[in-house]
Amino acid sequence: MAGQHTLRAFRRLSVGTRLAIGLPVLSVLVLATGLVSLRLGPVPIKTLEVVWAALSTMGLDGPSVDRTAQLVIEQIRLPRIIVGAAVGLALGLSGTAMQGLFRNPMADPGIIGVSAGGAVGAVTAIATGLVDLFWLALPVFAFVGAALALLLVYGIAAVGGRISMATLLLAGVAVNAFLGAVISAIIYLLPSEGPLREILYWLAGGLDSRSWDHVRIALPPIAVGAAALALTARDLNLLALGDDEARSLGVRTGATRTALLAASALVTGSAVAVSGSIAFVGLVTPHVLRLVLGPDHRVLMPMSALGGALFVMLADMAARTVIQPAEFRVGVLTAFVGAPFFVFLLIKNKRQVYTL
Amino acid sequence: MTRLPQLEVDVHGLAYATETRTLVHGVDLCTASGEFVGLIGPNGAGKSTLLRMLARVLPRTAGTIRLRGRDLDTLSAREVATNLALVPQTAPYTQGFHAVELVLMGRYPHLGRLAAEGTADINTAMDAMCLTETDSFADRTLETLSGGERQRVFLARAVAQHSRVLLLDEPTANLDILHQLKILSLVRRFVDEGLTAIAAIHDLNMASRYCDRLVALSEGRILAQGEPAAVLTPAILAATFGIRAEVYADPVTGSPVVSPIGPADEQVRTHETTQGEEQHE
Repeated sequence: MAGQHTLRAFRRLSVGTRLAIGLPVLSVLVLATGLVSLRLGPVPIKTLEVVWAALSTMGLDGPSVDRTAQLVIEQIRLPRIIVGAAVGLALGLSGTAMQGLFRNPMADPGIIGVSAGGAVGAVTAIATGLVDLFWLALPVFAFVGAALALLLVYGIAAVGGRISMATLLLAGVAVNAFLGAVISAIIYLLPSEGPLREILYWLAGGLDSRSWDHVRIALPPIAVGAAALALTARDLNLLALGDDEARSLGVRTGATRTALLAASALVTGSAVAVSGSIAFVGLVTPHVLRLVLGPDHRVLMPMSALGGALFVMLADMAARTVIQPAEFRVGVLTAFVGAPFFVFLLIKNKRQVYTL
Repeated sequence: MTRLPQLEVDVHGLAYATETRTLVHGVDLCTASGEFVGLIGPNGAGKSTLLRMLARVLPRTAGTIRLRGRDLDTLSAREVATNLALVPQTAPYTQGFHAVELVLMGRYPHLGRLAAEGTADINTAMDAMCLTETDSFADRTLETLSGGERQRVFLARAVAQHSRVLLLDEPTANLDILHQLKILSLVRRFVDEGLTAIAAIHDLNMASRYCDRLVALSEGRILAQGEPAAVLTPAILAATFGIRAEVYADPVTGSPVVSPIGPADEQVRTHETTQGEEQHE
């Protein structure tokens, strides 16, 4: 009961105060998780060595470190963790944005088919060999795929204003099924088996063998998308009340909605381009945080970004340690947590789901 | 402060049409600052449509709207929001927002895009909630409030918005009689302090009590406008609402009181039990 009381007291604090407390707390958790994660792996490395190696990777001088340890940290663990954090951040953001945009708590890039769209884009880029011609093909195709899927779902579900939960979920089922068929067709039509392994990578999200190249591919577009979403966070509060409300309080609804759709597709596509489709992060993160922080997107958006990063980093840690020396795909772990959570939400919102 | 009557809102030839039918036909309407204008008319007369066009929430199909001489179209979205506040007919809500957070939304147009509300904004919001007697449920979530309570929270938001013009769509529709009186007195007080209010009001006697001027709308056209006593006449009421009504002066306030007798085309039953109520569809 005491916990609940504290929760309610925290919820009553102003937007600025909630952020001033929440952001440092989550940031410290993200950094600490990153540090712990850097230690984990087949090669044992001491914590201090981990810190020095990580610092020297970023160009800062410290005491010199064992060469193997330096290489493992610099070339294997650090890029993987950074990609994981960036992907989680992107998914947390896009989940929050889509739930606001669709005015629907079940929206998630995986469930409504946006990640699948990104995957189709990525797979197309690989299958056609365009990736080998210029490396930007992968993120660009993933973005285009994600954007088209998002527009499709939005077009199906948003007809006539308010989007019912059933329509949205069914539209997601349809889009996911269709895009799954497209991927199967692409695999079937492959002229050689060469790219097959790479393509299979996209069918379950993972973070294994991520390099600095992936960091370079993912970070800039995610940063751009995150900035755009930060600028529209307040408008999302008003859009949630309906277009009349939003307009009467100074929101240019058309432009804002376009920006939201584009930014969501951009961050989702970038995440999918480097990690495949890691499911449920965008569903679980904003939901859990909303319970603590309330629905104001100015708080929820940045906190979901950090929360998503934390979620994926923790899942990655678990994926690497649970069945050592082998490892799970990260997407498997997030699905273990996320799918039951999704069912729980379905039961909780039964009435809204079944009444059209 | 000397108050010269100035045209706050000046509407000319305002029309709204969908592909299949015209909802508002070339309406001309102007209000001075410090004026409380009541829109009366049957369901579907175009009152809400008119208000939504005035708030630039609904794009009009023809006509001009001037706000203190400036064309509404030349104003930015934010300028419109700081000048005009709209209180919607049905108070929508999303789960989870506290009442005070909704009222604080009235401060958004005054803040930079990335700025959060400061102490001054929070005080403004709480003042508005005290005026509308909604401060006691400031920390409750919107979905736990009754329709009438929520409606007052939306009025509080319009107050916190600090706009010169209040556009109210049935502000008293869900309220009990005491709160109807309180809310309309509050609007009256704002108007006496120099604001302008344009409100769609169903209750003719309330409209008559509180408004400076009434505009009778029917099928998207203005049938009559003027002081309540000039508009609330049996002939105009018959033309606007299709009712037969008698009008008396209220013995206490002196404002005209409408007593609806029955539909205009029906034989009047003169039993003492047939004191008709206002006809709703």
